[in-house]
Amino acid sequence: MIKAIPKPMEEIIDYVKDFNKLLIAGCDGCVTVCEAGGLKEAKILASALRLYFTQGGRQAQVDDTSLTRQCEKEYLLQLSDRIDQYDAVVSIACGVGIQHMAEIYDKKIVFPGVDTCFMGVNEERGVYSERCQACGRCILAETGGVCPIARCSKRMLNGPCGGSDKGKCEISKDVPCGWELIYERLKTLGQLDRFETPTVPKDWTTSRDGGPRKIVREDLRI
Amino acid sequence: MSAETPSKLQKMINAGHFAVTSEVGPPRSADGNVIEHKAKMIAPYVDAINVTDNQTSVCRLCSLASVIRIKLLGLEPVLQMVTRDRNRIALQSDILGAASFGINNILCLTGDHQQFGDHASCANVFDLDSTQLALCVRMMRDEGKLLGGHEFEVRPQMYIGAAANPFAGPNVGLRVSRLAKKVAAGVQFVQTQCIYNMDTFKTFMKMMVDRGLHEKVAILAGITPMKNVGMAKYMQKRVPGMDVPDEIVKRIGGVPKEKQAEEGINLAVEQIEELKGVEGIRGFHIMAIEWEEKVPEIVERIGLYPRPKLAD
Repeated sequence: MIKAIPKPMEEIIDYVKDFNKLLIAGCDGCVTVCEAGGLKEAKILASALRLYFTQGGRQAQVDDTSLTRQCEKEYLLQLSDRIDQYDAVVSIACGVGIQHMAEIYDKKIVFPGVDTCFMGVNEERGVYSERCQACGRCILAETGGVCPIARCSKRMLNGPCGGSDKGKCEISKDVPCGWELIYERLKTLGQLDRFETPTVPKDWTTSRDGGPRKIVREDLRI
Repeated sequence: MSAETPSKLQKMINAGHFAVTSEVGPPRSADGNVIEHKAKMIAPYVDAINVTDNQTSVCRLCSLASVIRIKLLGLEPVLQMVTRDRNRIALQSDILGAASFGINNILCLTGDHQQFGDHASCANVFDLDSTQLALCVRMMRDEGKLLGGHEFEVRPQMYIGAAANPFAGPNVGLRVSRLAKKVAAGVQFVQTQCIYNMDTFKTFMKMMVDRGLHEKVAILAGITPMKNVGMAKYMQKRVPGMDVPDEIVKRIGGVPKEKQAEEGINLAVEQIEELKGVEGIRGFHIMAIEWEEKVPEIVERIGLYPRPKLAD
């Protein structure tokens, strides 16, 4: 799932300090799971902002809500009858949801309330780590189910590099070397023969290098 | 080690001599004289001079311009190229440019992560990795073709090298496999990471020899003399992929400060003498970091000076 972290309160205050009517809009999807942008976080942020305004002697209205998914138009449209009453919206959905909000309500000022980080797993509550960079052409079948693009700091397709140390990446002792993981997994699977065959340069056109991406599934279109 | 090129380094290795290479690090300024000064200082003692490519991700005068300067002095450079900073268009373009000046040696590297350098906030490229760069150079040389498919007549005549780090543990076997992959990609010579842990290195070499890989790739053992105990500790603790046993730190630190440099040179000389007896070693790559003036002394003391003359 998409992982995000709340933006620092000071940054959000700096965005909204001159407005009087604010809506904090959470999302019930990914950001709820990583506890950065769900209804609970929307309520906490709204309370904190109300406190900020009250302490400054200001009368400001700060409401909160959460939508099923901000990446889907039908849910965003649920705000259509009341969004006009707000000067600005702080969306705490992921970057996709924030943009979608701004796209659907194109005259409304929409601020981001989270920093969207990556697609990853929940290692445990409060610990999330990256697994996929959506390169658009999955190679996990060749790499023992461990992605070198997401998990090697140099996205090497023929790793590991010479900088790993005791199975850890050169950038940090807290980051496992992706290629050590691949090697060990291939060994477990009895597929080490794959390891010594050079992987040719990757076609990155399906990744961000190809420009903004779009999927059109004719089989799904009505 | 198949394809023959005009590389003098390749000729020296193929003639059965211990090859000697060294490196110069370009300055963090536009002062090209630094390169020429360092290159001239070591040139009589080595067969080829590597020029590092923005090593440790610190921005410096580029390796391409540096090797051209060295070539124009009539010397034999090795162009180091990392894939961190340039995509396949820029890399191939630079290779063609280097070849147009008669550069015949390339060392294909991935490069340190930029977080170690002076521009930690930059984007990296890593369009290719070191193995793919070797594949690419081989294709340009042997097929006269770019990765994009364009075919051309005047081909770069590159002797293809790469790095190997037997110490980036814990698994030495993985490191042998990794090098086997580079060999499969066309790598003909290898300059190893600085060797301090002789036991691990010998284990690595035995595994290479047992598989016959030493006959497919020329292995030049990497040697870096320690200037003082501070450097030894730094290399032990801070440099990624470096394995400096405690005995080395103790040995350098065990002599008075003014004698530590001498002890570092003694150690380097002893290491090379020991490595001469290790099967599969075809030469030495002496990386005297910001200490190039010591290269002549080391080469003389290991009995590899003067360098053999090659028939043209």
